[in-house]
Amino acid sequence: MYNFNYHRPTSIDEAVKQYDEAEDGQYLAGGHTLIPTMKQRLSAPTDLIDLSGIKAMQGITRSDDGAEKMLQIGALARHEEVASSPIVKSMVPVLSALAGGIGDAQVRNRGTLGGSVANCDPAADYPAAVLGLNAQLVTNRRSLDAEQFFMGMFETALDEGELLTSVHFPRPEAAAYVKFPNPASRYALVGLLVAKTNDGVRVAVTGAAPAVFRAAAMEAALTDDFSVSALDSILLPAGDMNSDMHASAEYRAHLCTVMAQRAVAAIVAQDQARARQVTSEVTSESTS
Amino acid sequence: MVEQTIGKSVQRKEDLRFITGKGRYTDDINLPGQAYAVFVRSAVAHAKIKSIDSSEAESFPGVRAVLTGGQVADDGLGSLPCGWMLHSKDGSEMKQPPHPVMAADKVRYVGEPLAMVIAETRKIAKDAAELVAVDYEELPATAMVNQAQEGAQIHAEAPHNICYEWELGDQEATEAAIASAAHVTRYSLVNNRLIPNAMEPRAALADYNPGSDELTLYTTSQNPHLARLILTAFVQLAPEHKLRIIAPDVGGGFGSKIFVYSEETALAWAAKKLGMAIKWTAERSESFLADAHGRDHVTEAELALDGTGHFLALRVKTTANMGAYLSTFASAVPTYLYGTLLAGQYKTPNIYVEVDAVFTNTAPVDAYRGAGRPEATYVLERIVNLAAVELNIDPVELRRRNLIQPGDFPYQTPVALEYDTGDYEASLNKALERAGYADFSSRQEEARSRGKLRGIGVSCYIEACGLAPSRMAGSLGAGVGLWESGEVRVNPTGSVTVLTGTHSHGQGHETTFAQLVASKFGISVDDVEVVHGDTGKLDFGLGTYGSRSLAVGGSALSKAADKVIEKGYKIAAHLLETERDKIDFDDGEFRVRDSNQSKTFQEIAFAAYVPHDYPSEELEPGLSEKAFYDPVNFTYPAGTHICEVEIDPETGKVEVVRFTVVDDFGTIINPMIVEGQVHGGVAQGLGQALLENCVYDEAGQLQTGSYMDYAMPRADDLPAFSVDTTVTPCTHNPVGAKGCGEAGTIGSPPAVINAITQALGIRDISMPATPEKVWRALGAGRAHV
Ligand SMILES: Cc1cc2nc3c(=O)[nH]c(=O)nc-3n(C[C@H](O)[C@H](O)[C@H](O)COP(=O)(O)OP(=O)(O)OC[C@H]3O[C@@H](n4cnc5c(N)ncnc54)[C@H](O)[C@@H]3O)c2cc1C
Repeated sequence: MYNFNYHRPTSIDEAVKQYDEAEDGQYLAGGHTLIPTMKQRLSAPTDLIDLSGIKAMQGITRSDDGAEKMLQIGALARHEEVASSPIVKSMVPVLSALAGGIGDAQVRNRGTLGGSVANCDPAADYPAAVLGLNAQLVTNRRSLDAEQFFMGMFETALDEGELLTSVHFPRPEAAAYVKFPNPASRYALVGLLVAKTNDGVRVAVTGAAPAVFRAAAMEAALTDDFSVSALDSILLPAGDMNSDMHASAEYRAHLCTVMAQRAVAAIVAQDQARARQVTSEVTSESTS
Repeated sequence: MVEQTIGKSVQRKEDLRFITGKGRYTDDINLPGQAYAVFVRSAVAHAKIKSIDSSEAESFPGVRAVLTGGQVADDGLGSLPCGWMLHSKDGSEMKQPPHPVMAADKVRYVGEPLAMVIAETRKIAKDAAELVAVDYEELPATAMVNQAQEGAQIHAEAPHNICYEWELGDQEATEAAIASAAHVTRYSLVNNRLIPNAMEPRAALADYNPGSDELTLYTTSQNPHLARLILTAFVQLAPEHKLRIIAPDVGGGFGSKIFVYSEETALAWAAKKLGMAIKWTAERSESFLADAHGRDHVTEAELALDGTGHFLALRVKTTANMGAYLSTFASAVPTYLYGTLLAGQYKTPNIYVEVDAVFTNTAPVDAYRGAGRPEATYVLERIVNLAAVELNIDPVELRRRNLIQPGDFPYQTPVALEYDTGDYEASLNKALERAGYADFSSRQEEARSRGKLRGIGVSCYIEACGLAPSRMAGSLGAGVGLWESGEVRVNPTGSVTVLTGTHSHGQGHETTFAQLVASKFGISVDDVEVVHGDTGKLDFGLGTYGSRSLAVGGSALSKAADKVIEKGYKIAAHLLETERDKIDFDDGEFRVRDSNQSKTFQEIAFAAYVPHDYPSEELEPGLSEKAFYDPVNFTYPAGTHICEVEIDPETGKVEVVRFTVVDDFGTIINPMIVEGQVHGGVAQGLGQALLENCVYDEAGQLQTGSYMDYAMPRADDLPAFSVDTTVTPCTHNPVGAKGCGEAGTIGSPPAVINAITQALGIRDISMPATPEKVWRALGAGRAHV
């Protein structure tokens, strides 16, 4: 690691100012990507702006955003916070499951939602949730749709110095995330998030391609018929997928179908469980 | 009376220190004024070094010196030797090209050290190392073992990159038997290359005292005396009595810390040259690049059987990758630790094996837990399984028909070894029972109802451990004897300090050896302290590898303890005014037979050191004895592994759902420690079979240089192991122990692959059996029907 200047601002404005004034500044969130790359000397910022003192970027709240109830998560929320938050569990349970499956306990106690999303690693888990649940990404300057945000491998719509401050997730009707972990890194070799939302079925794929993407063919099929078998004949084009020593593009494409089907199966099971619960509530009411 | 602990799971004495962070590892040791070294490593696999410009680094503030391979050569330091001379079929010696301490003219693998920067802090050294400019003239690289013989030549001494072409066994008889056999099974395989990954990376701290000319090297070594011998006799770093090597607590080795490497050697040389203490601790990326790797074979084998399923002959042809240079034991691993094991547990009358060892532009390859024996077991236990499938005989039944029986011992194999004892069928039967082999089909049915494919695989292994009878080793080309030393110092109060030439780096010797000696004297385990790993404290020793410590080192201690007891008898006879032959020693007491007169062990010890009433004419005072033990044969641990897998046909993911091991390790001192060794070994074996794979690209760049890409087994990759033993004590050492350190890695990989191939109904799948390979195999399987 090279030497750097360390800053610990307490407000968003102060952070941005420090960034602008630095020769080659970098925001530091959980540091679980940035610090290793600095230790390997692949990254050499002159100034590290540690975001951890900014209260405005922390916390998990429920907000009423017009008609919709939104789950609002500060960019600094650690994976463990998201995984164990009762608000997340009640509003968007798929997110707590996803966050609980990132890395190991040490990683989850440091890594943050904002850091993961801003970093945009092709194999990261969170981008699938952000895109699949149609989240809004709020920065110090604007609010972006998920669709606009992810641009490519390690590439987002964030401008130089722009700070992601929170992510707002609309509550899905139902959703499931299924990941096939890379046996070495345990990042997603392929991860599929399937969601039933207000504006239809959404399927987001991470791990398979240079950046997270929506699988239109799967969405169409599931819109017609939300069932496991609806995906039987759907194979995403391998031509767009990553191929490396861990998995060929062809295998990744195949895994996308399998993981999507498992996610659909999980949602169908949730629906059935909910239906059973409703039935039993109705029954118990009628008997009382 | 003190409780006897032999055969009891005494808690490990060393654990309190380790689990409370009080261990003392090399990097924990600091000397006043020490400097730090960082190595400049080759960025390319094969190149001439045109020039090294270190001027900028030298003038970097805080840098003490920059030393290059050229300076090593100027100082006349010797090459790092390979300790085992092999001969080719034609009688010629193996090619042993120089292995420079740091590269001077040419680099031959990515990560090879070519210069070192020594500075006030590690960070300064690292910053300055980036300023060392190396001008390479790149040469084509030969990175793949199967292309080595056609690839660019790496050493002037070794045309076609061949190190040796070795053979063992009767070629003519083997070929004749194959030619006329009722059935021949043929098999080609790759034994995947592995990276050792000890928890503690290599580290060293060298210190030189110009006043006394003493050079001290603290280092992560499995065998400090051997390192001292090599560094003094061959590398000529210092006179042997002026070099002290201390290997304090060491966090795992798996073989990778046996060898004498460039970095530690260069560090000691630099400390002496500059007259200062210098420390180096490898970063994990350096471990990936520059620790000696393991396995890496390409093999073809043929097994001939008669019409009744009896083995007639085995022929094996292997190409073994040595990497860019011959590491300390590299030449012996694919030969004397491999070819000699190909009889396995079976009565195969004819065996012939050829091994071509080749150089490539990759890190050196040497012994890695199991060393040669996992490779041999893999060939044999896979080809036997294939033969069973081809002949439609149950794989267990085919094995049974060919097993060496208890009445056959001592059994002379056609590949040099003479097995002393064993009962292979007993371990096999016990394992089958524990594994529920007979009810497998009901579990398979049940799995099928859940959409899973279940398979079961068996592997019966043998290994030769307890390295090694020195005369035999010498006649096979070893540069050293492989005996062991032990010293038992009884202190005046009757507590005991034990010194052993073996080295513990996770094996729990401080407990096992204490149990062994305590039981001899009838004293408490807590009254025995085990000292190892310091050439300044004990005479000499050969270290720990090849599952030798208890069988060889323990035997030396047992002999030394017997000498102590013998002297104790004489002291007791004097004090009790009787004759030696009228005294019995038992439960820590010397008792006069048929009387109630006795002296405790502690009283005798006190008398020996305070000899006021003592037979001074006949007996020296003191109670401290040494023994050296040279085994007369190898030991032959053997057993059966049974693996049961469940495969998700949609993803190809293999889950090991049951794993059963029954080993015969001879006499067991501490069952808990033995079980732990088996667990660790099996974890590594499952790692090789399912996850681990070291990959170089064609240009010789390491592709799996971190845990992001090199898949280590983790707890959730493993089932709960079912481990048990059978016992036939070793017949030729006083402890009866055979060794247990490597068995887990040896028996397990073929059991896993046998299970997977059975589940899928396919002939073969290469290691590691990754989900994608399994998925593809399923596709291929479907295409056939
Ligand atoms: C061993 C290990 C295992 C892991 N396993 C997984 C896994 O299974 N799945 C997975 O998805 N991830 C995994 N990760 C990644 C980890 O979970 C983090 O999410 C990731 O490292 C980034 O988050 P961070 O908070 O650590 O960001 P940092 O490392 O601090 O920052 C990453 C980058 O984002 C920038 N940045 C950070 N916050 C902001 C912000 N608010 N606005 C703008 N830019 C910002 C930084 O400047 C930097 O460039 C793993 C990491 C490790 C070390």
